[in-house]
Amino acid sequence: MRNYKILVLLAHPNLHTSTINKAMISAIESLDFVLIHNLYENYPDFYINVEEEKRLLKEADLVVFQSPFYWYSVTPLLKLWEDEVLEQGFAYGDGGNELEGKDFLLALSTGGKQEAYRREGYNYYTMTELLTPFAATASLCGMNYLEPFVIHGSYTQNGEQVQNHARQYQQSLQTYVEKGCWVLNEDRRDD
Amino acid sequence: MIEDSLLFNVLIYLSAAVLAVPLAKRLGMGSILGYLIAGVVIGPWGFGIISNVEDILHLAEFGVVLLLFIIGLELNPTMLWNMRKPIFGLGGSQVLITMLVLFGLALLAGFDWRTALISGMAISLSSTAIALQIMTERNFLSTDTGNKGFAILLFQDVAVIPMLAIMPLLSGRETFDDSGDVMIAALEVIGVIALIIIVGRSLLRPLLRIIAKTQAREIFTAFSLMLVIGISLLMQSVNMSMALGAFLAGVLLADSEYRHQLETDVEPFKGLLLGLFFIAVGMSINFGLFLEQPWEVLGIVAVLVIVKLLIFYTLARISGITMSHRPLFSFILSQGGEFAFVIFAVANSYNAMNTSVSELLVVSVAFSMLITPLLILLYDHVLLPRYTLSKADIEEEDTEIDHNTVIIAGFGRFGQIIARVLHANQIPTTIIDHNPDQIEQVRNFGFKVFYGDVRRKDLLETAGAHKARLLILAVDDREAGFKTIEICRNHFPELTILARSWDLIHHYQLKDKGVDIIERETFHSAVRLAEHSLRELGWDAHHAHRNTLKFTKYDEANLERLYEVHKDRDKLISLTQEAKEEIERIFAEDEHTIVRQNKQDKAWG
Ligand SMILES: Cc1cc2nc3c(=O)[nH]c(=O)nc-3n(C[C@H](O)[C@H](O)[C@H](O)COP(=O)(O)O)c2cc1C
Repeated sequence: MRNYKILVLLAHPNLHTSTINKAMISAIESLDFVLIHNLYENYPDFYINVEEEKRLLKEADLVVFQSPFYWYSVTPLLKLWEDEVLEQGFAYGDGGNELEGKDFLLALSTGGKQEAYRREGYNYYTMTELLTPFAATASLCGMNYLEPFVIHGSYTQNGEQVQNHARQYQQSLQTYVEKGCWVLNEDRRDD
Repeated sequence: MIEDSLLFNVLIYLSAAVLAVPLAKRLGMGSILGYLIAGVVIGPWGFGIISNVEDILHLAEFGVVLLLFIIGLELNPTMLWNMRKPIFGLGGSQVLITMLVLFGLALLAGFDWRTALISGMAISLSSTAIALQIMTERNFLSTDTGNKGFAILLFQDVAVIPMLAIMPLLSGRETFDDSGDVMIAALEVIGVIALIIIVGRSLLRPLLRIIAKTQAREIFTAFSLMLVIGISLLMQSVNMSMALGAFLAGVLLADSEYRHQLETDVEPFKGLLLGLFFIAVGMSINFGLFLEQPWEVLGIVAVLVIVKLLIFYTLARISGITMSHRPLFSFILSQGGEFAFVIFAVANSYNAMNTSVSELLVVSVAFSMLITPLLILLYDHVLLPRYTLSKADIEEEDTEIDHNTVIIAGFGRFGQIIARVLHANQIPTTIIDHNPDQIEQVRNFGFKVFYGDVRRKDLLETAGAHKARLLILAVDDREAGFKTIEICRNHFPELTILARSWDLIHHYQLKDKGVDIIERETFHSAVRLAEHSLRELGWDAHHAHRNTLKFTKYDEANLERLYEVHKDRDKLISLTQEAKEEIERIFAEDEHTIVRQNKQDKAWG
């Protein structure tokens, strides 16, 4: 087994129609410290191998949920993954400290533009607000919740812009491994 | 002369039974009383049509033997082992206490100590035939109370061995030097039991398999009877209870695949012979003696029944039997039994007891057997209505029924998979197949499969079809399957039937016949292979999976729709064609929707 520091749980139900997530994956799949685990490919019938998942988690310093933003959340297989893998006694509760000290990151693509996720915007709520369940989940498991990496306005990006975003994703992960810190470009921050 | 001919006797017994039993049942008296009365009527003290009572009793005892064989079949060695506590605890204390109390009373009544001891021993035993027959008739054996009663009877069957063994020591002659003989006898007993166990474990199943393979049903039946008779005679040759031997044989076969078939085959013989046994008991009641000494007989019967009732009631209480069952439990076991006849006969042959007393006791025991059904009547009509059966009682009963809720008929490749899934989920199943080779093979893999023909109602009944929830039809023969469905629909309407179909026509035939749930045999594996094909062509796994699922749903709905028109061939073809086009159209549309949602949607701001 390859030595990896970052475990990317990719959850796109229709990867064959994807632009953004496909590009993101292409940008990072050759990094030797990254392990991409394509959930919809490995569990097409939603039957998750919990033991295998726990084994994969133990190796990682950083756990990434990568998903398109559907109905203001991640896709359902990731939710099922949480329900089944984050067992009491493993991830939380008595003796559940296996994930303690690890970092947690959401890597999302949304249809809505960045300004749509503001009070005065189309969706009213900010990304930070919408993503609080994940912050809470990370906190319960003793993980550090890193600032999410979000690519907004999926439909309006041209090819070059998409490549740009993907490169930034790759660079952020690279910096994380080399310098041990999580840095986002200023324009990605949710404000 | 015609009266002496065997056939004539058979005719008399059969007509007595056919007349008396329905009549007795009609009057609400239960079949045992019917038989007993029939016996009295045709016996020497009735119309005197039959005279050789002894011989008949002897032959008919075989009914008890068969009864115990069948009971043994229901009880595998582990279950028997689990019963060791009630057998020795309850059974042991019952026999010992009853014996001592009766012994004391007999001494008080002025019997000499030998006569008193033998009477105590003989009368402490109950009638296995009567008690078990009543319990089976009432489906009582699978309850906790029935279980305890059975444990006691089993202990009694064993207890009779030492009782008979010490008879020589009680003989008038004071010769105590045959301890060597006792040793040899004990060795013989152990030898015979060991032989039965070894042969039963190793030889019997292969033999049954060979016989089952001949597919000659009557040979199978013949072999079943031969087996029981053989073992009984073997046991008898070492002075052991025949019934006990048959029971042992039953237990040894309880794990085998032939259990249900053996049960089905032996059952009618058991029924008839047991009936004959009760008739014989009725005939053997010596009314002459009764008329001579009515008060003595009545006195003894009263003491016998009352003492036993009191002891059984107390034991029932101590062992935690539910309130409402306690009187029934005591009533069922309150009589003297057939072993008493044997013990008295042997005692007399050794001159070990006072003959006039033993004659009185024989009559009294017979009378006590007559009283049991009357007590049961009393229970049903007077006592039972007083105990309002609580809900807890019913629930307790329910959980004790040991029949499996799922029957799998046919254990080929198809049935096996179903059984594996159910077993993995801890669902107990009763599996039946009719191919001995197949059974042998899967047994090696740890499956418990019974041999039997599922086209027979009685076999389905023995397998518990009247209590089961589901019957899974996995036989590989269309006609056999149809027949089974028909039987189940007629006799076990509550049963949910699940079946697989081979093709469209068969599918609709099954539906016509009332199968509740049908799956097409090859459908799902074919769809799975299609899914794998899509993946091999480069589709994402989830995409392939979802689309094949979608196909499955559409196709199943279609199957339902086409059922309406399946008798009209032209319509069927045209609708099938339409459906095919529709599915293709819908798939294309759905794909388009996915792409649109993922590409052009501007709805999120
Ligand atoms: C079922 C569905 C639900 C969606 N819900 C949202 C949403 O709640 N907010 C949003 O901004 N975009 C939403 N979108 C748009 C997706 O986020 C967008 O298609 C996706 O991020 C594009 O990434 P991809 O090219 O990797 O598929 C939704 C799209 C679909 C198909």
